[in-house]
Formats: sequence, structure tokens, C-alpha cells
Amino acid sequence: MVLGKYVEAVAAKCKDKEIQKVSQDGGVVSGLLIYALEEGIIEGAVVSKVTDEPWKPQPHIATTRDEILAAAGTKYTMCPNVWMIKEATRQYGIEKLGIVGVPCQIGAVRKMQTYPFGARFVPDKIKLIVGIYCMENFPYSSLETFVSEKMNLSLDIVDKMDIGKGKFWAYTVDETATIPLKETHGYEQSSCKVCNDYTAELADISTGSVGTPDGWSTVLTRTKFGDKLFKEAVEVGMFETKPIEEVKPGLGLLKKLAKQKKERAEKTIEERKKLGLPVP
Amino acid sequence: MSISNKIKKMLGLKSESAEEVKEMKKPKIGYIHLSGCTGCLMSLTENYDLLADLLDMVEIVYGHTLVDVWEMPEMDLALVEGSVCIQDEHSVEELMEAREKADLLCALGSCAMTGGFTRYARGGQQAQPSHESFLPISELVKVDLAIPGCPPSPEIIAKTLTAYIKEDMDYLKPLMDLPKHNELCGCDLQNEVVNKALCCGCGSCAMACQTRAIEMVNGRPEINTNRCIKCGVCYVHCPRTWWPEEQIKSELEL
Repeated sequence: MVLGKYVEAVAAKCKDKEIQKVSQDGGVVSGLLIYALEEGIIEGAVVSKVTDEPWKPQPHIATTRDEILAAAGTKYTMCPNVWMIKEATRQYGIEKLGIVGVPCQIGAVRKMQTYPFGARFVPDKIKLIVGIYCMENFPYSSLETFVSEKMNLSLDIVDKMDIGKGKFWAYTVDETATIPLKETHGYEQSSCKVCNDYTAELADISTGSVGTPDGWSTVLTRTKFGDKLFKEAVEVGMFETKPIEEVKPGLGLLKKLAKQKKERAEKTIEERKKLGLPVP
Repeated sequence: MSISNKIKKMLGLKSESAEEVKEMKKPKIGYIHLSGCTGCLMSLTENYDLLADLLDMVEIVYGHTLVDVWEMPEMDLALVEGSVCIQDEHSVEELMEAREKADLLCALGSCAMTGGFTRYARGGQQAQPSHESFLPISELVKVDLAIPGCPPSPEIIAKTLTAYIKEDMDYLKPLMDLPKHNELCGCDLQNEVVNKALCCGCGSCAMACQTRAIEMVNGRPEINTNRCIKCGVCYVHCPRTWWPEEQIKSELEL
């Protein structure tokens, strides 16, 4: 199962205009968190928000709709969201917590729930785990290299970054710049090469851009709870959905990329073993 | 719902019929208190509502804070809290005796497993200035499983005991691999994870650290070694040091 186990796959787009305006793709993550917050399913969520330095995210504990919106959009560098989980349940006193993360972070949360050595009274407070598809991540300086050096843009004026169609994209108010994705190779954080999870296989709900047209997201509902929550959100009109079979490029591309990632991990792990290096 | 199924539900384990559980023999458990602070025992009691059920599933046959028994009996499982002071002959003897009388020996908490903050002990204090050398128990005896944490969470203690009662070896396996890591500290993140190109910057270590000795800087852990108490939870929580994929999937039914 190259996409992990899931209940249903659909194409989705958030109907909320305010969310659409700030979201990276279909606004599924923001929409779900806001829906869960407004319904009292969660009291807050750990999200990634840019603060002082341009495009450098920090984990942030969002407890309002506005704070969730402020964290929308992809930041292509590490944001240690798992760090703030304990903080959220202690300092913020959140009893029902949501968390957003890329596959390795979701895995870390699940490991903590399964073996909670130093996480007293944390596991039972995590109510919703939303996973984002992830092929690889970059150190912050790599982003600076792509945008400042290769595209000659200042990170300050970039409004959106995106990876798709074989390119790395940066958008400003009046300009769209790209570099071929192969120019970003060699700038990834190297630990991504041992990761074999593309679609956040352990989340309640996973989502990402691949498989659906611009402005839409591919959603995989995984746990019973995640499936129920997503369907409720669709029912109340938070999302518009289409069967995944009716959109292009569909699950085929998603499966292809997921398989590529698994093969890369397998190869890297074999190479590491030959060198006598540990593997996860 | 039966008590045993309730426990399992709360622990997120697959439930079985009540009869099946009732038939299991109650294991005899001893609690050995060496150079510890009783925090690990407190953590066990912090299972609150679950505690009575948990204690009902076992028979506590030894333990100074728990039962009035002076002679150490034979035990199925001995939970050892605290490190061992090798200048204190009684501690050494008690540990040796526990090893002899227990079928399984578990290092409960970081002091027993890694030495924890007693690694910083260096003697020179009244009333026993010579008591200066404290070791994780695995330096003196064979340890079968370890539960690090300072203290270990109530949940991990409950889950481990339940897995032990149910003979769930899949769950216990990682805990059985842990005793060999008896020198853990925050530095392991740099040495074993970052240096080995395995750190993905998720922040689990910083989340898990019980003294806030870890900060994430540019997606990597930065250790304040002056705050680190060598409990080892950053290392065990890291998804890149060991990865219990099957166990996670079976608990989540994913």
C-alpha cells in the first residue's frame, strides 16, 4: 500500500473565501482546524507560523480562527511542531489539541502516543492529527539560496512558494520566478532521504496538492475519527468535494511519487548499511 | 464493560473477552527502592482511576512504601527505582538479591536505567561523605527491560504493566532493547542523530525533555548541557533512534 491505509480519497476545496485567499492549495488544513475549533472538537492546534525572519516558521499554538489563518501556506523549511505539544497541554492548558505536521512529525507524535516515556498526560489530549504530504524539506539557508541567489529575489517580498510541475516557484506581487527542481537537489536536509512516508500515513487525515488541479487538494481520510470529521465538515458546507477519479492527474501521480520516495529511502538505507551507519 | 476491558480501552489496547483475562495468573511484583526519589512510584499512582484496576491485576509482594514485608520473596517482576550507590553495601546487596529472586528485572525510571542526575554525584556530603559513586543498575546486574523517564509517565508504566500481564512481547520488545543504553544524555542527539544524518527536525526531543534543556534552532536540537539530567528521554522519543512502526499501526489499526 504505497499511500498507506485510508478510508477514502477525494479532491476537496474549502468554500470559505477568507481561507481560499491565504491557503496554499485547497485550504483543507486550515478549513479542518477551523471547523474542529468552532465545533469544540479541539481547543487549539499546533501550527507553523512565520514570525521575525521572512519564511522562517516557528511552531505556534493557535487558539483562534485568525491565528489558524495566520499560519496558512507552505513554508519549505523545518518547523519543529512536535516541540510545542507539551507546551500546549501544560502552559496553555489545552485539553483537546490538534496538530499539523509533515510525515516525520506525525510519526513522532504517534510514537510518543504509543510509548509516552516522558510525556505525562500528553497523549490523551491529542485529538486531531492532520498530515501534509512531503517529499523533502530544506534548511532555511537552502531557501535563501534558491530565492536570493538563484532567483535574485529578496525573501522579504516573496508572497508564496510552491513546488510543482518539476519546478520550485516563488511569487511576488508582480513577478513569478522559477528554478528547475533539479537545481534544488543537494540542498535538501539529508535525513529526508531515509524517510519512506510521502503521504503522512499515520495521520487522522492527510492532504496535499499532488493529484488535484490548482486550488484543490487531495484528501485521504485514514482513521475512523478522521473520516467522520472530514465528512461532517463537508456536510456543513466547509468543503466542496469531487470524486478523485474525476480529477486530473488523480491518484496515479500521487502513487507514483509515493513509490519514488519509498524506493529512494530503501536505496539510501541499503547504502547506509554498507557504510555501517545506523538506520531508523 | 468489565474492568479488564476498561483498562485496555483506556490504554488503547485491543480488548479481549473478560473471561480470558480473568484466567491469567496474577504476577507477583516487587518494588525495589534504591537511590531514587519515589517519583517513579508516584508516577505509577498517578494513573488515578486506573490504578485500582491496575493493582488488582498484579500482586504486590515486596516494596517498602507499598507492603509490610521485610524478607524479599520470589518475584515474577521486580521494578527497580533509583541508581545503585556502590559504597552502600545494603543497596548493592538488595540489587543482587532482587536479581536472584526476580524472574524479570525492570529498570524503572532514568536513575535505574542511565543513572539520571545521580551521574553528577561525587560524594563529600554529610552524613556519608564517601557515598560518591552511583551507577545505573545494568552496570552490576543483567537488566531485562527499562522504562526511562524522570519520572516515566503514568501511561508508559500502565501500558508496560498491562503488556507484561498480557505477555504482549511485541509491545515490550523495545523496552527490552533499552537497558544496553545506559549512558544516555542530550549529547546523543548530536552524536547519534544529527551526526548520523538522521535528524529531521521534528522537535520530539525538545518536547520530551523534562528539564527544558533542548531548544530547536534552525530545525536542529541545541542542548543546554548544564540543564541536562541525563535521563535519556530525548533519545528514546526521537523517531529516528528506533521506530516502532508495527506497534503504532496495530494500535491505530492503520
